[in-house]
Amino acid sequence: MADPTNRQSEFRIRIFSAVAFLAVWQVGAELADTRMLPDPWQVVRAIVDHLANGELLYHAGVTLLRVGVSFFVAMAFGTALGMVMGSNRRWDAALDGVLVLALNIPALVVIILCYLWFGLGEFAAILAVAINKFPIVVVTMREGARAVDGDLLQVGRAFRIEPQRTFFRIYLPQLYPYLLASARSGLALVWKIVLVVELLGRSDGVGFKLGVYFQFFDIASILAYSFTFIAVVMAIEMLILAPLDRRLSEWRT
Amino acid sequence: MSALDIKITRKSYPRPGQAPLAVLTDLHFKVEEGEFVSVVGPSGCGKTTLLNLIGGLDGDVEGSVLVNGVAPEDGPMTGHMFQTPRLMPWLTVRDNIRLVEKDAASSGHRVEELLTEMGLADFADAYPAHLSGGMRRRVALARAFLNEPGLLLLDEPFLSLDAPVANHLRRVLLELCGRRSSTVLFVTHDLREALYLADRVLFMSGGPGSIVLDLPVDLPRPRQPESEAVERMRINLLKDHPQLLAGLVEKKGS
Repeated sequence: MADPTNRQSEFRIRIFSAVAFLAVWQVGAELADTRMLPDPWQVVRAIVDHLANGELLYHAGVTLLRVGVSFFVAMAFGTALGMVMGSNRRWDAALDGVLVLALNIPALVVIILCYLWFGLGEFAAILAVAINKFPIVVVTMREGARAVDGDLLQVGRAFRIEPQRTFFRIYLPQLYPYLLASARSGLALVWKIVLVVELLGRSDGVGFKLGVYFQFFDIASILAYSFTFIAVVMAIEMLILAPLDRRLSEWRT
Repeated sequence: MSALDIKITRKSYPRPGQAPLAVLTDLHFKVEEGEFVSVVGPSGCGKTTLLNLIGGLDGDVEGSVLVNGVAPEDGPMTGHMFQTPRLMPWLTVRDNIRLVEKDAASSGHRVEELLTEMGLADFADAYPAHLSGGMRRRVALARAFLNEPGLLLLDEPFLSLDAPVANHLRRVLLELCGRRSSTVLFVTHDLREALYLADRVLFMSGGPGSIVLDLPVDLPRPRQPESEAVERMRINLLKDHPQLLAGLVEKKGS
């Protein structure tokens, strides 16, 4: 149970495990004594340096923008198609095969094909990421649409509630858990794929910079960029998704 | 023009690989404006199907279903109370009632009134999961009443409630109907409840359902649910037609 003493001790355990991780890293780096494994302090210094010359913020911003756009494109289209397939058997039968195919195309293949077909541009980059995320959203939202309670929708018809209100107050709330699950798993997936897309075909963004530092064997900078972006994604989870989840599932408590 | 004019030749549901299942056949009746009519029949006789047809939830029927002379979808505002409360679990009690409102400005006051009448004022901001079964039904009843509909369709609304709660809700229902003089179709398989509430009781046969007896209830109002008069009428009725609740009526003289 979540009584205060337990929560406090849980918090202590979390702090302890974080400190232990840093300690093991520090000791390991000192023992190895090589450029291949910088110690935590070197990584912090690299973060500060890259922040100071403005590069880190710029490239992280570019990457975040790509993550945002491709995330919303994939969520919007995936949710719409998932709803259609989940509520209409014919559409489901017609598109299920393509969906399985789409789920199983390797991310790398999609990225390469997009770049070949649409050129090494922003459109191809965003499209490649969105296509990778899209089928997973469809599958989750289809599951949600299948689970929608027809009895509750009947209330909308019985009282002649306008379609728009029925959609937002009766239908969509039933899909919130599925939307949130999609958003959470999607965010984690999308930003990783964005990095690959940037590495292969863009000249800015975190992925591009990682490629540059890879060529210089600059591991401290690679870790600096990675940790910065991990922090950004964690912030999105804690500041946007978690509060949204709490708000939308308030009625369950 | 009657509030309800039902001439159903046949209503059936398709079954994969089998002949369609007939649920209603040759079902004819009329209900006048402001009349409170109970429908009593054995399980599976198509009572809920009948309400769905009248409520415009299902239009697939041979025959005609007219509400105030027009098809249900074009008819007047209907209040519907289902067998289960069917509240939206993510909306508070107040928002559940307001869900069906047609005009936010005029019904805001009415919502608060209904909440008080139903004894829900203290729970207006609670979610349905935190309410008892009886309270959920009261919310559903309030929702059915919000727009003061000319036609109320109630499908065993007080099933499985304990007697005091059910009687309280029956009184609330009668009071609200009296004020608005709504036409009511009240499905139940509790004969005592039907006789206590209704101006007229329609008895249905077992499936496929049709009307086997159309009985006016000429007991004076106000009635008491446990009153002698209701009970006497019930006993006499069952003496004349021992199989009535199973949907069978003996022909007189046979």
